[in-house]
Amino acid sequence: MTEQRDQRLEVAMGRMLQIGVILAALVVLAGGALYLKHFTGSVPNYHRFEGAPVAYRSVRGILSGMRSLDGQSLIGFGILLLIATPICRVLFGVIGFSLLKDRFYAAVSMTVLIILVLSFVIRR
Amino acid sequence: MSLLSFTLAVLGCSILAGLLGALTGLGGGVVIVPVLCLLFKIDLHYAIGASLVSVIATSSGAAAVYVREGFSNIRIGMFLEVATTLGASFGAYLTATVSGNWIGILFGVVLLYSAWASLHKVDLEPTMTQPDSLALRLKLMGSFPTEGKDEVYTAQHVPAGFGIMFVAGTLSGLLGIGSGAVKVLAMDQVMKLPFKVSTTTSNFMIGVTAAASAGVYLSRGYILPGLSMPVVIGVLVGSLIGSRILVRAHVETLRVVFSIVIVALGAEMIFNGLTGRL
Repeated sequence: MTEQRDQRLEVAMGRMLQIGVILAALVVLAGGALYLKHFTGSVPNYHRFEGAPVAYRSVRGILSGMRSLDGQSLIGFGILLLIATPICRVLFGVIGFSLLKDRFYAAVSMTVLIILVLSFVIRR
Repeated sequence: MSLLSFTLAVLGCSILAGLLGALTGLGGGVVIVPVLCLLFKIDLHYAIGASLVSVIATSSGAAAVYVREGFSNIRIGMFLEVATTLGASFGAYLTATVSGNWIGILFGVVLLYSAWASLHKVDLEPTMTQPDSLALRLKLMGSFPTEGKDEVYTAQHVPAGFGIMFVAGTLSGLLGIGSGAVKVLAMDQVMKLPFKVSTTTSNFMIGVTAAASAGVYLSRGYILPGLSMPVVIGVLVGSLIGSRILVRAHVETLRVVFSIVIVALGAEMIFNGLTGRL
């Protein structure tokens, strides 16, 4: 009984992950095409670490860059979708275990979700 | 070299890395980082940034397949993710305080260990032991269908497994890899879970673990969109092809050949780290 419902939760999670990855990959590809098409000049120097431009370091920066159809911002958005995919899976766990009335595992999932959210909020 | 040819070269190598990662069971991240550093002379921090993103993609992409097989255990996965995400946040924090050369040396050591572990897959016969009371209380158990009947299993040594998972998370955050080999070590060898359950649950956990260091990587500027693009797409495509081949072909000889490649990459990372070239 619980095994079957567990299985349903697992399959739902699996499908969600698949959709997230496909969507993210398509956005990254579209951004890549734009980036390569509009790029002028020589290959950027990746030998020495300077850090990515500030516009690609935050969700806000990436979103505002997308409005001007900047290819790298679109790639960045695809990457954000990719990062969001497993986080959604954990959220799925919180909801799913609550529906299964498994309070302990709903709490475990919530703990993981909080750690993930904190890792984005606390910047060091 | 123009940007297009550079991107295509990185794409090609990433496909190969994904293929190699899938066939050896090590994951693409562990292969692409040394390739980017050693072959393309890309800074280590950029390499681990691109790798981390590709690790999330391959883990999530493969999870759907594994879940359908019914081997992965979401309870055990979710429970241990508390340890791996904490570890990953700590590891990501460390990347700024530990020098690139030290990260490179550690990377090489992990590569060597991973190659060794992938060649020494001892499928332990499940020994009948007293069910771990902590595991029972935490419901760290499950069953999977084998030869028509369900095989039941319960986790052992939960605190030790949890601790090793924290280390696996730290390595993931510090090196931008999935650290699947260490996760499997914790579940298969320490918690005595069936091998199939360990490998599929490990894959399931890798995406969430990597996501826990992604925020830090992003804000520190490790993730370059232009570089990450061919790496993510390439590793994803390569690992999808690899997992298809795995199902059909007998790969024991391939595994040995590839392990030699991994050992060579690991040795070169250590050498470059020791001589201060990373």
